[in-house]
Amino acid sequence: MQATHAIPHSGIHEEHHEDAGFWRTYVFSTDHKVIGIQYGVTALCFLFFGFLLMLMMRWQIAHPNAPLPLFGPLLHSIVGDQMAAGVKNAAGSIIGYSITPTLYNSFGAMHGTIMVFLAIVPLAFAAFGNYVVPLMIGAPDMCFPRVNMASYQSYVVGGIIMLVSFFIPGGAAQAGWTSYSPLATSIASHGQTFWLIGMIFLITSSLLGAVNFIATIIQLRAPGMTWMRLPFFVWAQFVTAFLLLLAFPPLEAAGVMQLMDKVAHTSFFLPTGLAVGTLGHISGGGSPLLWQHLFWFLGHPEVYVLILPAIGIVAEVIANNTRKPIWGYKSLVYSALTIGFLSFIVWAHHMYLTGMGIRVATFFQTTTMIISIPSVIILTCLFLSLWGGSIRFNTPMLFVMAFLPMFGIGGLTGLPLGFNFSDLHLHDTYYVIAHFHYIVAPGTIFALFAGIYYWYPKMTGRMMNEFWGRVHFWLSLICMNLIFQPMFAQGMAGMIRRMSDGGANYTAAHNTATGLEVIGGLSDSLIRLHVFILWAAVCLGLAQIPFIINFFWSIKHGKPAGSDNPWNATTLEWQTPTPPPHGNFAKAPIVYRGPYEYSVPGHATDFTPQNEPDKA
Amino acid sequence: MSESQAKSQTHAQPHDEHFSHHVRRYLYVFYALLFGTLITVGASFIPFGSRGANIAVALFIAGGKAFLVAGYFMHLISERKMIYGVLGFTAFFFAGLMALTLWSFADFPPHTITH
Amino acid sequence: MEIPYTTEVRKDTGLYNAKVGIWLFLASEVMLFGALFSSYILLRVGAVEWPYGWLNIPLGTANTLVLITSSITTVMAWASLKMGNFGRFKMYHAITLCCALTFLGIKSYEYHDKFIHYQVDLKDGRIVDGHMEENNKDEIVILGRYAKNMHDVLDLHERKDLAKPAPIKIERSDIAYMENYGPWHNTYTAIYFTLTGLHALHVIGGAIVIFYLWAFGGKMWKSDPERFTNRVEISGLFWHFVDLVWIFLFPVLYLL
Repeated sequence: MQATHAIPHSGIHEEHHEDAGFWRTYVFSTDHKVIGIQYGVTALCFLFFGFLLMLMMRWQIAHPNAPLPLFGPLLHSIVGDQMAAGVKNAAGSIIGYSITPTLYNSFGAMHGTIMVFLAIVPLAFAAFGNYVVPLMIGAPDMCFPRVNMASYQSYVVGGIIMLVSFFIPGGAAQAGWTSYSPLATSIASHGQTFWLIGMIFLITSSLLGAVNFIATIIQLRAPGMTWMRLPFFVWAQFVTAFLLLLAFPPLEAAGVMQLMDKVAHTSFFLPTGLAVGTLGHISGGGSPLLWQHLFWFLGHPEVYVLILPAIGIVAEVIANNTRKPIWGYKSLVYSALTIGFLSFIVWAHHMYLTGMGIRVATFFQTTTMIISIPSVIILTCLFLSLWGGSIRFNTPMLFVMAFLPMFGIGGLTGLPLGFNFSDLHLHDTYYVIAHFHYIVAPGTIFALFAGIYYWYPKMTGRMMNEFWGRVHFWLSLICMNLIFQPMFAQGMAGMIRRMSDGGANYTAAHNTATGLEVIGGLSDSLIRLHVFILWAAVCLGLAQIPFIINFFWSIKHGKPAGSDNPWNATTLEWQTPTPPPHGNFAKAPIVYRGPYEYSVPGHATDFTPQNEPDKA
Repeated sequence: MSESQAKSQTHAQPHDEHFSHHVRRYLYVFYALLFGTLITVGASFIPFGSRGANIAVALFIAGGKAFLVAGYFMHLISERKMIYGVLGFTAFFFAGLMALTLWSFADFPPHTITH
Repeated sequence: MEIPYTTEVRKDTGLYNAKVGIWLFLASEVMLFGALFSSYILLRVGAVEWPYGWLNIPLGTANTLVLITSSITTVMAWASLKMGNFGRFKMYHAITLCCALTFLGIKSYEYHDKFIHYQVDLKDGRIVDGHMEENNKDEIVILGRYAKNMHDVLDLHERKDLAKPAPIKIERSDIAYMENYGPWHNTYTAIYFTLTGLHALHVIGGAIVIFYLWAFGGKMWKSDPERFTNRVEISGLFWHFVDLVWIFLFPVLYLL
């Protein structure tokens, strides 16, 4: 039966519930599809908010201490004089409000935290994973539906705590998303405390989600769905879930210890002899490096959490739009497993400048180099998948095709950071910012856009507008590159990250001291690039407007999908009604073949769904 | 619901008649754990040479007790490969975290002070 | 379509869903406590001097025996259900819950003991170490002893030369600095409170789940006994893990 509204309602089995009311259906639902959409919408809101923070930061960098246009007075009314300083004209009257360095630091810390933990991971892993994975494996729901709901609610609570921290006196956390002690502990506001408590809720949400995903993929595969018949997206989510399960707890332990440092005045991460007025009497004896180790033990697997679901989406969209199987399915699977395993033993390449000895540094450098191999194998398989394909250049395909070179740039620029001798020069510079943003922004986010355009017809029964999708794509691609490409140059010239004035003071002071124009400081042209980047960022923001309008408008007015399987795809999620009802399948589908049987010679159509039986 | 009787045939757990044999095993493990606790405390008062030796003895006894609890009370000794796999990876990563962190503290350039 | 394998096992894995779920969760808990143990090792190896003998060994031993007892009653409770005996299940888990309460009671006493134990640095350089007996406006009374130096306070290893605790009256005006043995006192108390505190939170959590199954299990036992037995098994696995952590915590914090 063809349902026409986006939210699934009880269709296939009526056994145990009457029509649940509004609250049970849309708010306190245990249906994985509803939870997936909840995660998706919430995460997109956080993505938008993190983007706004970035725009304000880029303004401050490009025009240090100039009044913030549009949002200045609003900001001042929220955070007050301490954080949004009044800017006076020559006559002494206030003409606007600017971002103080303290506020800039809190924006920086929260931009990172929100983008990583509240936007990308919930969108890539929880939203797409929740909606698609049970459908792809032929399951009626996730293994533990109520735990699933608890996981989403924990995420919302954590997110609210993070947002609330902006409004407390002293402001939000200010020590970077990495929250290094002793800085994080010694700043005299409770923003860090809120951050830590928020993180505990977010980590709990991720752990519950990870347990659910792994158990579901192990236990609820439909008959005939062997491991090697799983769509690559499911493998990617499986590895991602393991990374979250085993890497997050040490950060939770560290978070508890830093919370003890902040609230109970312990000295887990505070060394002896530290004299900072805001700290008061501390016992000392702690180790700042311990925080870094525990943080990056999660921090490194976390970046693979950010990329693996995206790679999964890319594989699905490529197979579907080239009308041929993915090249090297086995290589992709083994590479993903290898990446997952190795990602646990590379973390200290984020800590080359902490005074580690040669042997330890060499160990981490070696494992870091080794982990680049499966990453290259994955990218190569995806590129090779295009060869000889009958390519359909629709919007999802455009996004994933752009993903490939963008992820290539991001990944390759990581190599000088992985070697400790070159990292000496590049650590904590804008080069690092460019490197990871290339992977996450025109990398992961493009794959997520592709996923939205691709699975939209399954969720709503309508297609998103193709023309505006292309506009969104081309403008985003151009603007992303205009924003991040110059940062490589800035970083290699020595521009350090997290400077609230973009390096202006550093340059000016050095140049005054030496009396020279350029040598030693940062050249004017590099500093002027900040203005260029600001405009590119504004254009990127404007480029999202067609997407946002398209997303909402198409729910009611988009072109009808025409069938349950408008893309003529082989995977199981397309073999259900649209949208899939509660329980997904009337009875368990039986899987007869692998996930990418496109253009099989002799077959009547150019695709064979996984649950289509062999003839006779 | 009504299928639960049929379902119990496919359950991997031992059937009722064998249970008294299992109960006896649980009791022996309990006695062993009590004994293990007492010798842990006793051994901590015996000097084994160095502090390191005492630590090794205590952790060895603790490891033995942990093996008994995990193996028999948690039925790990007769568990499935899938569970062994998950726990194996966990043990590896835990060991990696501990060993690599400690190594990085121990290996630092000469003439530098770490704390 | 119902979710399969909630009670019957899946053929290729030999497991039912909740068992996979709880072992995955316990794996994450191993990493959590593992990180804290790693931190303990690091902080201790890096410390100039580490306290010894600050915790009450008889109480710690008692707590260990209490948890071991609760472990066997937990597995016996599940075994009783497998043998169809709901009454036995109720009896065994009642003992489990009593053990849990006893453990928490002893732990609370130990925590309280630390919070009333003070180290008082006097202006003339002497140190008084002991429990606060009286806390008046102008003076305090510590039931303790004068310590010769910090080493005297930290290392109570086989100390036969220690003076017996006696009431010592100290004028507040003589006190340079005074602090109790809370988590802020040094990294040993910090890791002690954090490790045992987190462990105690897990004891409380486990006890709440077991209480819920014990008090309200009758209904599910009647309608779906096998599913209920599995739930008891799962909660038991969590409880055994809590016992496992204590098996390592006890020697590490109390004895070594």
